[in-house]
Amino acid sequence: MARAVTTQHKTIATAAAWIVALLIFFPILYTIITSFKSEQEAIQGFNLIPSGTFESYTEVQAQSGYFKFFLNSVLLSVGSTILALLVAIPAAWSMAFSPTKRTKDILMWMLSTKMMPAVAVLFPIYLIFRNLGLLDSRIGLMVMLMLINLPIVVWMLYTYFREIPGEILEAARMDGASLWNEIIYVLTPMAVPGIASTMLLNIILAWNEAFWTIRLTTTDAAPLTAFISSFSSPQGLFWAKLSAASTLAIAPILIMGWFSQKQLVRGLTFGAVK
Amino acid sequence: MATQQTHSLARFMMAPSVVLLLVWMVVPLGLTLWFSFQQYNPLNPMRDGFVGLSNYALFYSNPAFLQSILNTLTIVVSVLVITVVGGILLALLIDQPMWGQGIVRILVISPFFVMPPVAALVWKNMIMHPQYGVFADIARFFGAQPIDWFGQHPLTAIIIIVAWQWLPFATLILLTSLQSLDGEQKEAAEMDGAGFISRFIYLTLPHMSRAITVVILIQTIFLLSVYAEILVTTNGGPGYASTNLPFLVYQKALLEFKIGQASAGGIIAVILANIVAFFAMRAVGKNLDK
Repeated sequence: MARAVTTQHKTIATAAAWIVALLIFFPILYTIITSFKSEQEAIQGFNLIPSGTFESYTEVQAQSGYFKFFLNSVLLSVGSTILALLVAIPAAWSMAFSPTKRTKDILMWMLSTKMMPAVAVLFPIYLIFRNLGLLDSRIGLMVMLMLINLPIVVWMLYTYFREIPGEILEAARMDGASLWNEIIYVLTPMAVPGIASTMLLNIILAWNEAFWTIRLTTTDAAPLTAFISSFSSPQGLFWAKLSAASTLAIAPILIMGWFSQKQLVRGLTFGAVK
Repeated sequence: MATQQTHSLARFMMAPSVVLLLVWMVVPLGLTLWFSFQQYNPLNPMRDGFVGLSNYALFYSNPAFLQSILNTLTIVVSVLVITVVGGILLALLIDQPMWGQGIVRILVISPFFVMPPVAALVWKNMIMHPQYGVFADIARFFGAQPIDWFGQHPLTAIIIIVAWQWLPFATLILLTSLQSLDGEQKEAAEMDGAGFISRFIYLTLPHMSRAITVVILIQTIFLLSVYAEILVTTNGGPGYASTNLPFLVYQKALLEFKIGQASAGGIIAVILANIVAFFAMRAVGKNLDK
């Protein structure tokens, strides 16, 4: 009896959850479907079965050099992440392993910089970039993305490093390990998973950043966020092409995101929810 | 164990992060503050100079200003209500025993990974388009007149898009918190004859309260500065119907070149964000003491 109720309960829950999940996922699904339609088909009303043409994909590349924007997105997100890690790892390391009275204040202050609205500094940054010749340059934007994500990177690394037990360090020291050996052979292997998670989350955030990447670029350094935004001008309806460009733009991050759900929760809540 | 040497080493290791963030915060913000008291127009430098508080007065007397503040708050509050309530319900649903839970989870969190311009354009063209969109198809199927979302209800349309992007985030975090609820406690409550509703109110909700706080605070930071979604859908219009504070500042600065006024607006945005941040920092800070 009890078992029958459970199965029934499970069936209802399954049906309800799948319906809601598919509704939420629908815009993405429909974008993927539309990307395999011709422009004609795309505006002929609701239709879930595309003719299966790849012409939108080839045209998006042929007409606008799609690959260049894709490459910029990769360079900017990976580049800014590596820069942020280089700066953040020593800081998080020292805060986790030799905390002082002020460690907490410093962490809170770093977090507070994240709360400064980007528009408030839009013009000064624009001016500084223009005067330094950094407008529409990959280096400038890379530094920019590094700066806006640095607080999250430091925080996330800090919460991971803090979980490495200090006793292991002392044991290694007792055995006569030098500081250098300690870092290479004891700490690094334990820190790698945390660093990898941080890297993943930061690449996702940098890839999707859509304020500075749009405002500080025009053509050379423009990543996918800026390229896709250019579709907003109403010069006709290129939905199949928009869909193809969008599918390619979100696919890598979607897949990375699926694999990093847990780290995402932890990183975006600054360790408050695990 | 902590010697003078390790302390100076620690300071040395922290210096790059601290210095970078300090420069990043102080220099541009200082410039904005300075510009907010200046008349400055890169196209017409003749009349530049110190003007006291008149930029603030001009920005304040601009009818778009009050509307933009109102729109900003409307977006923040509406999206928060939709995502928190929806997120709790969704988390409770997904937490039930079911087939294919992993896939359901993946489908539900996916919108969070979609970059804002893509999300906004997909909704604008393929879902909400008054002629060819899916909503229009559905309306016609039921014999109703399709709604011109961006013409007649631009702010609502933007709220729907932004809520779609953030609902996954709220759901994911609330679900994580829900799954850390002690199973024994749940069983004990069930044994005592507590129904679903009372279990939810007296056990589940208090357990999730911290996660809910975190969701509200983090989303608020991002929702205060919604930008790309407005840029690619309504461009702030019609009129100022869907212009929020960040968008108004952007228009003043980079389209009208009224740098003084834009800077005054930027400073107001900072003050608004600080009020929110004050509460945010306290809540997140508590967690550190644990």
